[in-house]
Amino acid sequence: MAPFDDDQRTGAQEAVIRVRGLVTRFGPQVVHDGLDLDVRRGEVLGVVGGSGTGKSVLLKEILGLIRPADGRIELLGRDTAGLPESERVALQARTGVLFQNGALFSSMTVAQNVMVPLREHTDLSAALSAEIARVKIAMSGLPANAGTKFPSELSGGMIKRAGLARALALDPDILFLDEPTAGLDPIGAAAFDQLIRNLQRSLGLTVFMVTHDLDSLTSICDRIAVLVDKKIRVGTLEEHLRDPHPWIHDYFHGPRGRAARHAES
Amino acid sequence: MARERAWLESSRAGDGEWRLTALGHWDLKAAGGLSGALDGFALDGGGAVSLDLSRLDAMDTVGAYLLSALSDRLKAAGHGVDLAAIRPEHAALFDAVREVGPPPVERAQTHRPILDMLERTGRTAVDGLREGRDLLSFLGLIAITFGRLIVNPRRLRFRSVMFHIEQTGLNALPILGLLSFLIGVVLAFQGADQLRRFGAELFVVNLLGVSILREIGILMTAIIVAGRSGSAFTAQIGTMKVNQEVDAISTLGLDVVELLVVPRALALMITLPLLAFYADIMGLFGGAVMSYATLDITFGQFIRQLHGAVTLPHFLVGLVKAPVFALVIAMVGCYEGLKVSGSAESVGTLTTKSVVESIFLVIVLDAVFSVLFSFLRL
Repeated sequence: MAPFDDDQRTGAQEAVIRVRGLVTRFGPQVVHDGLDLDVRRGEVLGVVGGSGTGKSVLLKEILGLIRPADGRIELLGRDTAGLPESERVALQARTGVLFQNGALFSSMTVAQNVMVPLREHTDLSAALSAEIARVKIAMSGLPANAGTKFPSELSGGMIKRAGLARALALDPDILFLDEPTAGLDPIGAAAFDQLIRNLQRSLGLTVFMVTHDLDSLTSICDRIAVLVDKKIRVGTLEEHLRDPHPWIHDYFHGPRGRAARHAES
Repeated sequence: MARERAWLESSRAGDGEWRLTALGHWDLKAAGGLSGALDGFALDGGGAVSLDLSRLDAMDTVGAYLLSALSDRLKAAGHGVDLAAIRPEHAALFDAVREVGPPPVERAQTHRPILDMLERTGRTAVDGLREGRDLLSFLGLIAITFGRLIVNPRRLRFRSVMFHIEQTGLNALPILGLLSFLIGVVLAFQGADQLRRFGAELFVVNLLGVSILREIGILMTAIIVAGRSGSAFTAQIGTMKVNQEVDAISTLGLDVVELLVVPRALALMITLPLLAFYADIMGLFGGAVMSYATLDITFGQFIRQLHGAVTLPHFLVGLVKAPVFALVIAMVGCYEGLKVSGSAESVGTLTTKSVVESIFLVIVLDAVFSVLFSFLRL
């Protein structure tokens, strides 16, 4: 029985991810210095920043794959540092991750990939988990025959959808996406954005999305977090547009930023 | 559990309509118990069913799936099912799962063990033959490229050849030397044990000389090189294939065989005879050391006896096989490397396959050579 059943719906503004005073260092190089971040339940948060500002590092720190030098990270109300193994596993079952290149297990079919978390974390019968895998694969927008294919037989867009199906296998509360639309054509990227939006609504997900795609930012993100000066600035698109910080200004007022906003309006 | 996590209440109204109310947490944790209970669920008599989902505490995809499967099953049993009420936050998920629809009808798979085994045998045989044909055509490709390079030797990648000579030859000396030495030791020890019974200890030198020079030296060398360098060729070329470097070579107007295969094949054809010679010497040395230790045959005696026992043809019979084995090992290694496609996983599979295949071919060819030489009375 998971120990956090009762904190599930206590207001829309509740922070499901809370980062306080995060410091990240690689040798002498300081990447994050006293970074604070709140991700609210049910929102889609886009995380942007220049190369080397530590977007992916932040994602990995929240997931517990990298240990920060200092600071506190709370996931669903739990401090991730020093959790006992059983609670850590239970917490992981409530988060889903789509890695940049899908990270599908290449020796398994798509359906088997989706069934891995079901097999490890639940006591479902084989037949029922196969059915659940089929439902998730279909909900991720893959054709019915995709389940029996191996990752090497799929296109880039299909791999991302299969990775998404695996990330959603356990109906997580929080979905982490690392550059979900990178490497997709504009039509595929727009369809993927829409898919994430629909799934977020129907499954009640909180989405933490590292992205460089300005179209994703303008079309599906509720708020945008910008990594600048080793800290993070969170706000809506309109708030960032008014921000005088030179990098943020260049980012949102550059030719690509203007084009994306124009397309949206 | 004190109470069930999720359950279903059914009641029948006066007009015969069933009312099903789902209660509790219909989610992953409840699913294990629920699916068993729902499998046997049936309603007595006909009549319409109205499904009330508005009093659920929680629903996730699994719960939505179970409810939608239940409604499908009731429909199949002849009930008219309609969704009476659902909470707005569950409606989107329920609809999304309903949209997925029933599983595709699977073709019933019949089991025919004997026919299946025959089919598998046939498939393996055909695949093996096809592989042989492809290897033969690859050999032709290498031969044509070699021919072109003989006509126009300036196109040969000399540096690449030297690099591979170092990799496959020079760097193999320690391991090959040690293993050959040990084989010589073992042979001398076993031979001495048997020959002593006839008082013919000295003939251990003949045994060593003939067997090492004709067969064991070259065979050991070929097997070690297949494991060391054949696998390396497959892994190198396979990785280049995964990184699309091989495609890049083609689009730059360069010849893949000329650039990647010929230098490796040529390097191995130069190094393998040298390595085989080295292995012969080390094997004989190991034998001589062991003969001295167990039979008191001095090095001088050993050399004299060896001189009488083996002739130049013995040595040449062994050595002449080396370039052929080298070509086979390089060819198989490069061929399997070029067959890598897409995934990094196939690099591993094909590397294993390359080693097995080249050792297999080396031993088969060795047998062919033996038959041939016996016809030629060599």
